[in-house]
Amino acid sequence: MKLPPLDYICPATLPEAIAALAVHGGNAKVIAGGQSLMPMLAFRLAAPSVLVDIGRLPDLKSISISAEGIDIGALVTWRDIERDAQLAQAHPLLAAAIAHVAHYQVRNRGTVGGSMAHADPAAEMPGIAVTCDAMLTIVGSTGTRILSANEFLTGGLSTVLGADEILTSIRLPLWKKARRWAFEELARRRGDFALAGVAAFYDIDAQGLAHNAHIGVIGVADRPMRLPGVEAILDGRRIDADVILQAAAVARDAVDPADDIHAEAAYRRDLLGVLLERALARAANITLPEAA
Amino acid sequence: MTSARPVHFTVNGAAATVTVEPRTTLADALRNELRLTGTHLGCEHGVCGACTVIVDGAAVRGCLVLAAQAEGREITTVEGLGSAAHLSALQLAFRKHHALQCGFCTAGILTTAHALLTEEPHADEDRIREVISGNLCRCTGYLPIIAAIMEARIAYRDVQCEAAQ
Repeated sequence: MKLPPLDYICPATLPEAIAALAVHGGNAKVIAGGQSLMPMLAFRLAAPSVLVDIGRLPDLKSISISAEGIDIGALVTWRDIERDAQLAQAHPLLAAAIAHVAHYQVRNRGTVGGSMAHADPAAEMPGIAVTCDAMLTIVGSTGTRILSANEFLTGGLSTVLGADEILTSIRLPLWKKARRWAFEELARRRGDFALAGVAAFYDIDAQGLAHNAHIGVIGVADRPMRLPGVEAILDGRRIDADVILQAAAVARDAVDPADDIHAEAAYRRDLLGVLLERALARAANITLPEAA
Repeated sequence: MTSARPVHFTVNGAAATVTVEPRTTLADALRNELRLTGTHLGCEHGVCGACTVIVDGAAVRGCLVLAAQAEGREITTVEGLGSAAHLSALQLAFRKHHALQCGFCTAGILTTAHALLTEEPHADEDRIREVISGNLCRCTGYLPIIAAIMEARIAYRDVQCEAAQ
Protein backbone atom coordinates (compact mmCIF):
# COMPACT_ATOMS: atom_id res chain seq x y z
CA MET A 1 0.00 0.00 0.00
CA LYS A 2 1.03 3.65 -0.02
CA LEU A 3 3.48 4.90 2.59
CA PRO A 4 2.17 6.48 5.80
CA PRO A 5 2.33 10.30 5.92
CA LEU A 6 5.77 11.45 6.96
CA ASP A 7 8.23 14.28 6.73
CA TYR A 8 11.52 14.06 4.87
CA ILE A 9 14.77 15.88 5.40
CA CYS A 10 18.05 15.49 3.57
CA PRO A 11 20.89 16.93 5.66
CA ALA A 12 24.18 17.91 4.03
CA THR A 13 26.49 16.91 6.88
CA LEU A 14 26.74 14.13 9.45
CA PRO A 15 26.38 16.52 12.45
CA GLU A 16 23.21 17.97 10.89
CA ALA A 17 21.82 14.47 10.40
CA ILE A 18 22.54 13.52 14.01
CA ALA A 19 21.03 16.76 15.27
CA ALA A 20 17.88 16.08 13.25
CA LEU A 21 17.63 12.57 14.72
CA ALA A 22 18.15 13.94 18.23
CA VAL A 23 15.38 16.52 17.81
CA HIS A 24 12.84 13.89 16.74
CA GLY A 25 13.82 11.25 19.25
CA GLY A 26 12.51 7.81 18.39
CA ASN A 27 10.06 9.19 15.82
CA ALA A 28 12.74 9.65 13.17
CA LYS A 29 14.20 6.93 11.01
CA VAL A 30 17.39 7.00 8.97
CA ILE A 31 16.98 6.22 5.28
CA ALA A 32 19.78 5.65 2.77
CA GLY A 33 19.10 3.29 -0.14
CA GLY A 34 15.72 2.49 1.42
CA GLN A 35 15.68 -1.06 0.08
CA SER A 36 14.63 -2.52 3.44
CA LEU A 37 12.90 0.49 4.96
CA MET A 38 10.67 1.34 1.99
CA PRO A 39 9.00 -2.11 2.02
CA MET A 40 8.59 -1.78 5.81
CA LEU A 41 6.86 1.57 5.25
CA ALA A 42 4.74 0.15 2.43
CA PHE A 43 3.55 -2.63 4.75
CA ARG A 44 3.17 0.01 7.48
CA LEU A 45 5.35 -2.08 9.74
CA ALA A 46 7.23 1.15 10.35
CA ALA A 47 5.59 4.56 10.61
CA PRO A 48 8.21 7.16 11.57
CA SER A 49 7.10 10.80 11.56
CA VAL A 50 10.23 11.84 9.69
CA LEU A 51 12.84 10.24 7.44
CA VAL A 52 16.38 11.55 7.71
CA ASP A 53 18.03 10.79 4.36
CA ILE A 54 21.76 10.21 4.81
CA GLY A 55 22.13 9.30 1.14
CA ARG A 56 23.92 12.52 0.25
CA LEU A 57 26.29 12.73 3.20
CA PRO A 58 29.92 12.99 2.10
CA ASP A 59 32.61 10.49 3.05
CA LEU A 60 30.38 7.47 3.73
CA LYS A 61 30.69 5.96 0.28
CA SER A 62 34.32 4.85 0.22
CA ILE A 63 36.01 1.49 0.39
CA SER A 64 39.58 1.65 1.65
CA ILE A 65 42.09 -1.09 2.27
CA SER A 66 44.98 -0.31 4.63
CA ALA A 67 47.21 -2.02 7.17
CA GLU A 68 44.43 -1.44 9.73
CA GLY A 69 41.83 -3.40 7.81
CA ILE A 70 39.17 -3.01 5.17
CA ASP A 71 36.93 -0.02 5.81
CA ILE A 72 33.58 0.06 4.07
CA GLY A 73 31.46 3.19 4.32
CA ALA A 74 27.83 2.79 5.32
CA LEU A 75 26.61 4.11 1.95
CA VAL A 76 28.57 1.59 -0.13
CA THR A 77 26.11 -0.39 -2.24
CA TRP A 78 26.15 -4.06 -3.23
CA ARG A 79 26.86 -2.93 -6.77
CA ASP A 80 29.87 -0.90 -5.55
CA ILE A 81 31.24 -4.05 -3.91
CA GLU A 82 30.51 -6.15 -6.98
CA ARG A 83 32.47 -3.74 -9.19
CA ASP A 84 35.49 -3.42 -6.89
CA ALA A 85 38.04 -5.93 -8.18
CA GLN A 86 40.56 -4.85 -5.55
CA LEU A 87 38.11 -5.57 -2.77
CA ALA A 88 37.33 -9.00 -4.21
CA GLN A 89 41.06 -9.78 -3.98
CA ALA A 90 41.36 -8.29 -0.52
CA HIS A 91 38.34 -10.13 0.92
CA PRO A 92 37.09 -12.93 -1.32
CA LEU A 93 34.61 -14.23 1.29
CA LEU A 94 32.88 -10.84 1.43
CA ALA A 95 32.68 -10.67 -2.37
CA ALA A 96 31.27 -14.20 -2.60
CA ALA A 97 28.63 -13.53 0.03
CA ILE A 98 27.57 -10.19 -1.40
CA ALA A 99 27.03 -11.84 -4.81
CA HIS A 100 23.93 -13.42 -3.22
CA VAL A 101 22.36 -10.18 -1.98
CA ALA A 102 19.07 -9.24 -3.63
CA HIS A 103 18.24 -8.61 -7.28
CA TYR A 104 19.82 -6.27 -9.85
CA GLN A 105 17.70 -3.19 -9.17
CA VAL A 106 17.93 -3.52 -5.38
CA ARG A 107 21.70 -4.06 -5.58
CA ASN A 108 22.04 -0.64 -7.18
CA ARG A 109 20.61 1.09 -4.11
CA GLY A 110 20.90 -1.24 -1.13
CA THR A 111 23.71 -0.30 1.25
CA VAL A 112 26.06 -2.03 3.66
CA GLY A 113 25.00 0.25 6.51
CA GLY A 114 21.32 -0.25 5.76
CA SER A 115 21.63 -4.01 5.83
CA MET A 116 23.49 -3.94 9.16
CA ALA A 117 21.00 -1.53 10.73
CA HIS A 118 18.00 -3.46 9.38
CA ALA A 119 19.49 -6.66 10.87
CA ASP A 120 17.52 -9.25 8.95
CA PRO A 121 18.45 -12.68 10.34
CA ALA A 122 18.97 -14.08 6.83
CA ALA A 123 21.01 -11.16 5.46
CA GLU A 124 24.50 -11.80 4.15
CA MET A 125 26.27 -8.64 5.33
CA PRO A 126 25.52 -9.05 9.05
CA GLY A 127 26.50 -12.71 8.62
CA ILE A 128 29.89 -11.78 7.20
CA ALA A 129 30.34 -9.11 9.88
CA VAL A 130 29.75 -11.64 12.65
CA THR A 131 31.84 -14.36 11.01
CA CYS A 132 34.80 -12.08 10.31
CA ASP A 133 34.91 -10.16 13.63
CA ALA A 134 33.95 -6.84 12.02
CA MET A 135 33.96 -3.64 14.06
CA LEU A 136 31.27 -1.01 13.49
CA THR A 137 31.65 2.73 13.93
CA ILE A 138 28.57 4.48 15.26
CA VAL A 139 28.29 8.24 15.59
CA GLY A 140 25.72 9.96 17.77
CA SER A 141 25.06 13.16 19.75
CA THR A 142 27.29 12.06 22.61
CA GLY A 143 30.20 10.91 20.47
CA THR A 144 31.52 7.93 18.59
CA ARG A 145 31.50 4.33 19.72
CA ILE A 146 33.01 1.28 18.12
CA LEU A 147 31.32 -2.07 18.63
CA SER A 148 31.77 -5.61 17.39
CA ALA A 149 29.09 -6.98 15.08
CA ASN A 150 28.01 -9.29 17.90
CA GLU A 151 27.52 -6.40 20.30
CA PHE A 152 25.71 -4.43 17.60
CA LEU A 153 23.10 -7.05 16.73
CA THR A 154 20.64 -7.78 19.52
CA GLY A 155 18.02 -9.90 17.73
CA GLY A 156 15.80 -10.09 14.68
CA LEU A 157 15.59 -6.60 13.14
CA SER A 158 17.11 -5.26 16.36
CA THR A 159 20.37 -3.47 17.08
CA VAL A 160 21.85 -1.27 19.80
CA LEU A 161 21.58 1.82 17.58
CA GLY A 162 20.19 4.71 19.62
CA ALA A 163 17.58 7.11 18.28
CA ASP A 164 20.25 9.74 17.56
CA GLU A 165 22.92 7.39 16.23
CA ILE A 166 24.11 6.58 12.69
CA LEU A 167 26.23 3.63 11.66
CA THR A 168 28.95 5.24 9.53
CA SER A 169 31.33 2.44 8.61
CA ILE A 170 32.29 -1.14 9.09
CA ARG A 171 35.84 -2.47 9.37
CA LEU A 172 36.78 -6.02 8.44
CA PRO A 173 40.13 -7.37 9.64
CA LEU A 174 42.64 -7.94 6.84
CA TRP A 175 42.33 -11.25 5.05
CA LYS A 176 45.21 -13.72 4.98
CA LYS A 177 46.23 -14.70 1.47
CA ALA A 178 46.46 -18.48 1.85
CA ARG A 179 43.22 -18.72 3.80
CA ARG A 180 40.72 -21.50 2.96
CA TRP A 181 37.18 -20.24 2.69
CA ALA A 182 33.73 -20.72 1.19
CA PHE A 183 30.29 -19.17 1.25
CA GLU A 184 27.21 -21.29 0.60
CA GLU A 185 23.56 -20.38 0.80
CA LEU A 186 20.27 -21.66 -0.53
CA ALA A 187 17.46 -19.40 -1.69
CA ARG A 188 14.50 -20.34 -3.87
CA ARG A 189 15.84 -17.96 -6.50
CA ARG A 190 19.25 -16.31 -6.49
CA GLY A 191 18.78 -12.92 -4.87
CA ASP A 192 15.89 -13.98 -2.68
CA PHE A 193 16.32 -14.23 1.08
CA ALA A 194 18.47 -17.16 2.14
CA LEU A 195 16.67 -20.11 3.72
CA ALA A 196 20.04 -20.72 5.35
CA GLY A 197 23.66 -19.84 4.63
CA VAL A 198 27.16 -20.62 5.82
CA ALA A 199 30.29 -18.45 5.76
CA ALA A 200 33.43 -20.43 6.59
CA PHE A 201 37.15 -19.80 6.72
CA TYR A 202 40.22 -21.22 8.40
CA ASP A 203 43.99 -20.96 8.08
CA ILE A 204 46.37 -23.85 7.43
CA ASP A 205 49.63 -24.32 9.32
CA ALA A 206 52.87 -25.87 8.01
CA GLN A 207 51.62 -29.34 8.93
CA GLY A 208 48.46 -28.85 6.90
CA LEU A 209 46.24 -28.55 9.97
CA ALA A 210 43.39 -26.09 10.23
CA HIS A 211 43.41 -23.35 12.82
CA ASN A 212 41.59 -20.08 13.46
CA ALA A 213 38.37 -21.62 12.10
CA HIS A 214 35.47 -19.19 11.80
CA ILE A 215 32.07 -20.67 10.97
CA GLY A 216 29.15 -18.26 10.73
CA VAL A 217 25.55 -19.07 9.80
CA ILE A 218 22.57 -17.01 8.63
CA GLY A 219 18.87 -17.70 8.44
CA VAL A 220 18.74 -20.24 11.25
CA ALA A 221 18.32 -18.00 14.31
CA ASP A 222 17.07 -14.51 15.16
CA ARG A 223 20.50 -13.17 14.16
CA PRO A 224 23.66 -14.44 12.46
CA MET A 225 25.91 -16.42 14.74
CA ARG A 226 29.19 -18.29 14.91
CA LEU A 227 29.19 -22.00 15.73
CA PRO A 228 32.00 -22.44 18.30
CA GLY A 229 31.31 -26.17 18.61
CA VAL A 230 31.95 -26.64 14.91
CA GLU A 231 35.02 -24.42 14.98
CA ALA A 232 36.44 -26.53 17.84
CA ILE A 233 36.12 -29.67 15.71
CA LEU A 234 38.01 -28.08 12.83
CA ASP A 235 40.83 -26.41 14.77
CA GLY A 236 43.98 -28.55 14.84
CA ARG A 237 42.62 -31.11 12.38
CA ARG A 238 43.36 -31.98 8.79
CA ILE A 239 40.09 -31.20 7.00
CA ASP A 240 38.95 -34.42 5.34
CA ALA A 241 35.59 -36.01 4.63
CA ASP A 242 35.30 -37.52 8.13
CA VAL A 243 35.95 -34.21 9.86
CA ILE A 244 33.49 -32.44 7.56
CA LEU A 245 30.69 -34.93 8.24
CA GLN A 246 31.38 -34.69 11.97
CA ALA A 247 31.30 -30.89 11.78
CA ALA A 248 27.99 -30.96 9.89
CA ALA A 249 26.43 -33.23 12.52
CA VAL A 250 27.48 -30.81 15.27
CA ALA A 251 26.15 -27.87 13.26
CA ARG A 252 22.72 -29.49 12.91
CA ASP A 253 22.53 -29.94 16.67
CA ALA A 254 23.90 -26.48 17.43
CA VAL A 255 21.04 -24.56 15.82
CA ASP A 256 17.40 -24.26 16.75
CA PRO A 257 15.67 -22.60 13.80
CA ALA A 258 12.01 -21.59 13.88
CA ASP A 259 9.26 -22.75 11.54
CA ASP A 260 8.05 -20.12 9.11
CA ILE A 261 6.16 -20.01 5.83
CA HIS A 262 9.38 -20.43 3.84
CA ALA A 263 10.66 -23.57 5.54
CA GLU A 264 10.07 -25.83 8.52
CA ALA A 265 12.60 -25.89 11.32
CA ALA A 266 13.64 -29.47 10.53
CA TYR A 267 14.28 -28.54 6.91
CA ARG A 268 16.41 -25.56 7.84
CA ARG A 269 18.41 -27.65 10.29
CA ASP A 270 19.13 -30.30 7.66
CA LEU A 271 19.86 -27.67 5.05
CA LEU A 272 22.39 -26.03 7.33
CA GLY A 273 24.23 -29.34 7.65
CA VAL A 274 24.31 -29.79 3.88
CA LEU A 275 25.48 -26.22 3.30
CA LEU A 276 28.24 -26.64 5.88
CA GLU A 277 29.38 -29.86 4.22
CA ARG A 278 29.48 -28.10 0.86
CA ALA A 279 31.28 -25.08 2.26
CA LEU A 280 33.96 -27.09 4.03
CA ALA A 281 34.46 -29.43 1.06
CA ARG A 282 34.85 -26.44 -1.22
CA ALA A 283 37.23 -24.72 1.20
CA ALA A 284 39.35 -27.88 1.48
CA ASN A 285 39.02 -28.55 -2.26
CA ILE A 286 37.84 -32.12 -1.75
CA THR A 287 34.86 -34.06 -3.05
CA LEU A 288 32.61 -35.68 -0.47
CA PRO A 289 31.33 -39.18 -1.12
CA GLU A 290 27.69 -39.21 -2.32
CA ALA A 291 25.23 -39.60 0.53
CA ALA A 292 23.81 -43.12 0.72
CA MET B 1 5.67 18.91 7.61
CA THR B 2 4.09 16.15 5.62
CA SER B 3 2.60 18.51 3.03
CA ALA B 4 3.53 18.68 -0.64
CA ARG B 5 6.72 20.37 -1.74
CA PRO B 6 8.55 20.68 -5.08
CA VAL B 7 11.11 18.18 -6.34
CA HIS B 8 13.20 18.86 -9.45
CA PHE B 9 14.72 16.26 -11.71
CA THR B 10 15.24 15.39 -15.35
CA VAL B 11 12.95 12.85 -17.00
CA ASN B 12 13.83 11.43 -20.40
CA GLY B 13 16.05 14.43 -21.08
CA ALA B 14 13.57 17.15 -20.06
CA ALA B 15 13.58 19.11 -16.81
CA ALA B 16 10.57 18.36 -14.63
CA THR B 17 9.21 19.61 -11.32
CA VAL B 18 6.67 17.69 -9.29
CA THR B 19 4.99 18.97 -6.15
CA VAL B 20 4.39 15.95 -3.95
CA GLU B 21 4.05 14.85 -0.33
CA PRO B 22 7.34 13.51 1.06
CA ARG B 23 5.87 10.01 1.26
CA THR B 24 5.35 9.89 -2.52
CA THR B 25 7.42 7.29 -4.31
CA LEU B 26 9.24 8.12 -7.52
CA ALA B 27 6.97 5.71 -9.40
CA ASP B 28 3.83 7.45 -8.14
CA ALA B 29 5.27 10.89 -8.94
CA LEU B 30 6.06 9.81 -12.51
CA ARG B 31 2.63 8.27 -13.02
CA ASN B 32 0.33 10.65 -11.18
CA GLU B 33 2.09 14.00 -11.52
CA LEU B 34 3.78 13.64 -14.91
CA ARG B 35 1.28 11.16 -16.39
CA LEU B 36 4.13 8.90 -17.48
CA THR B 37 1.96 5.86 -17.01
CA GLY B 38 4.25 3.51 -18.91
CA THR B 39 5.87 2.78 -15.53
CA HIS B 40 3.61 0.18 -13.92
CA LEU B 41 3.15 -0.52 -10.24
CA GLY B 42 2.60 -4.15 -9.33
CA CYS B 43 3.46 -5.09 -5.77
CA GLU B 44 4.52 -1.66 -4.44
CA HIS B 45 7.02 -3.25 -2.09
CA GLY B 46 10.03 -4.00 -4.21
CA VAL B 47 9.45 -7.56 -5.31
CA CYS B 48 7.92 -7.59 -8.80
CA GLY B 49 10.18 -5.17 -10.73
CA ALA B 50 7.33 -3.77 -12.87
CA CYS B 51 8.12 -0.18 -11.76
CA THR B 52 11.81 -0.31 -12.71
CA VAL B 53 13.14 3.04 -13.92
CA ILE B 54 16.70 4.20 -14.55
CA VAL B 55 18.18 6.79 -12.18
CA ASP B 56 21.59 8.21 -13.12
CA GLY B 57 22.21 5.15 -15.29
CA ALA B 58 21.25 2.56 -12.66
CA ALA B 59 18.07 0.47 -12.85
CA VAL B 60 16.12 0.88 -9.60
CA ARG B 61 12.72 -0.07 -8.31
CA GLY B 62 10.58 3.07 -8.63
CA CYS B 63 8.45 2.04 -5.65
CA LEU B 64 11.50 1.84 -3.36
CA VAL B 65 12.76 5.35 -4.06
CA LEU B 66 11.09 8.46 -2.71
CA ALA B 67 10.45 11.15 -5.27
CA ALA B 68 12.33 13.48 -2.91
CA GLN B 69 15.39 11.23 -3.14
CA ALA B 70 15.45 11.79 -6.89
CA GLU B 71 16.09 15.54 -6.49
CA GLY B 72 18.60 16.56 -9.17
CA ARG B 73 18.83 13.08 -10.69
CA GLU B 74 18.45 12.01 -14.31
CA ILE B 75 15.60 9.59 -14.79
CA THR B 76 14.79 7.43 -17.78
CA THR B 77 11.42 5.71 -18.03
CA VAL B 78 10.12 3.34 -20.68
CA GLU B 79 8.77 6.39 -22.53
CA GLY B 80 12.39 7.49 -22.97
CA LEU B 81 13.55 4.32 -24.69
CA GLY B 82 11.70 4.77 -27.97
CA SER B 83 8.35 5.82 -29.41
CA ALA B 84 5.53 3.99 -31.16
CA ALA B 85 6.87 5.30 -34.46
CA HIS B 86 10.51 4.63 -33.64
CA LEU B 87 10.92 1.58 -31.46
CA SER B 88 14.40 1.02 -30.05
CA ALA B 89 16.41 -2.03 -31.10
CA LEU B 90 15.51 -3.64 -27.76
CA GLN B 91 11.81 -2.96 -28.29
CA LEU B 92 11.96 -4.28 -31.86
CA ALA B 93 13.58 -7.46 -30.57
CA PHE B 94 10.79 -7.83 -28.00
CA ARG B 95 8.21 -7.51 -30.78
CA LYS B 96 10.02 -9.95 -33.05
CA HIS B 97 10.37 -12.60 -30.33
CA HIS B 98 6.87 -12.12 -28.84
CA ALA B 99 8.57 -11.28 -25.55
CA LEU B 100 5.37 -10.01 -23.98
CA GLN B 101 1.77 -11.09 -23.67
CA CYS B 102 -0.27 -9.01 -21.23
CA GLY B 103 2.46 -6.37 -21.15
CA PHE B 104 2.14 -5.40 -17.50
CA CYS B 105 5.73 -6.31 -16.63
CA THR B 106 7.19 -5.20 -19.96
CA ALA B 107 8.12 -1.61 -19.12
CA GLY B 108 10.12 -2.78 -16.10
CA ILE B 109 11.85 -5.48 -18.09
CA LEU B 110 12.72 -3.08 -20.92
CA THR B 111 14.21 -0.51 -18.55
CA THR B 112 16.11 -3.22 -16.69
CA ALA B 113 17.49 -4.71 -19.90
CA HIS B 114 18.33 -1.26 -21.27
CA ALA B 115 20.35 -0.39 -18.16
CA LEU B 116 22.07 -3.77 -18.24
CA LEU B 117 23.02 -3.71 -21.91
CA THR B 118 24.13 -0.09 -21.79
CA GLU B 119 26.58 -1.05 -19.09
CA GLU B 120 27.29 -4.63 -20.13
CA PRO B 121 26.62 -5.07 -23.87
CA HIS B 122 28.45 -8.39 -23.76
CA ALA B 123 26.34 -9.83 -20.92
CA ASP B 124 26.00 -13.58 -21.47
CA GLU B 125 22.80 -15.57 -21.13
CA ASP B 126 23.50 -16.49 -17.51
CA ARG B 127 23.99 -12.85 -16.60
CA ILE B 128 20.81 -11.83 -18.43
CA ARG B 129 18.85 -14.57 -16.69
CA GLU B 130 20.23 -13.52 -13.31
CA VAL B 131 19.34 -9.86 -13.87
CA ILE B 132 15.86 -10.58 -15.22
CA SER B 133 15.13 -12.77 -12.19
CA GLY B 134 14.33 -9.48 -10.44
CA ASN B 135 11.32 -8.95 -12.73
CA LEU B 136 8.23 -11.09 -12.42
CA CYS B 137 6.51 -12.11 -15.66
CA ARG B 138 3.59 -14.51 -15.34
CA CYS B 139 2.78 -14.83 -19.05
CA THR B 140 5.78 -15.59 -21.18
CA GLY B 141 7.81 -18.14 -19.27
CA TYR B 142 10.77 -15.80 -19.90
CA LEU B 143 12.26 -17.69 -22.85
CA PRO B 144 11.23 -15.13 -25.49
CA ILE B 145 12.34 -12.31 -23.17
CA ILE B 146 15.81 -13.84 -22.86
CA ALA B 147 15.95 -14.38 -26.64
CA ALA B 148 14.99 -10.76 -27.31
CA ILE B 149 17.55 -9.34 -24.89
CA MET B 150 20.24 -11.64 -26.30
CA GLU B 151 19.48 -10.41 -29.81
CA ALA B 152 19.40 -6.73 -28.82
CA ARG B 153 22.93 -6.85 -27.42
CA ILE B 154 24.48 -6.17 -30.81
CA ALA B 155 22.76 -2.77 -31.03
CA TYR B 156 24.32 -1.70 -27.72
CA ARG B 157 27.74 -2.85 -28.88
CA ASP B 158 27.38 -0.65 -31.96
CA VAL B 159 26.56 2.30 -29.73
CA GLN B 160 29.72 1.63 -27.73
CA CYS B 161 31.81 1.49 -30.93
CA GLU B 162 30.41 4.81 -32.12
CA ALA B 163 31.10 6.37 -28.73
CA ALA B 164 34.67 5.05 -28.85
CA GLN B 165 35.27 6.60 -32.28
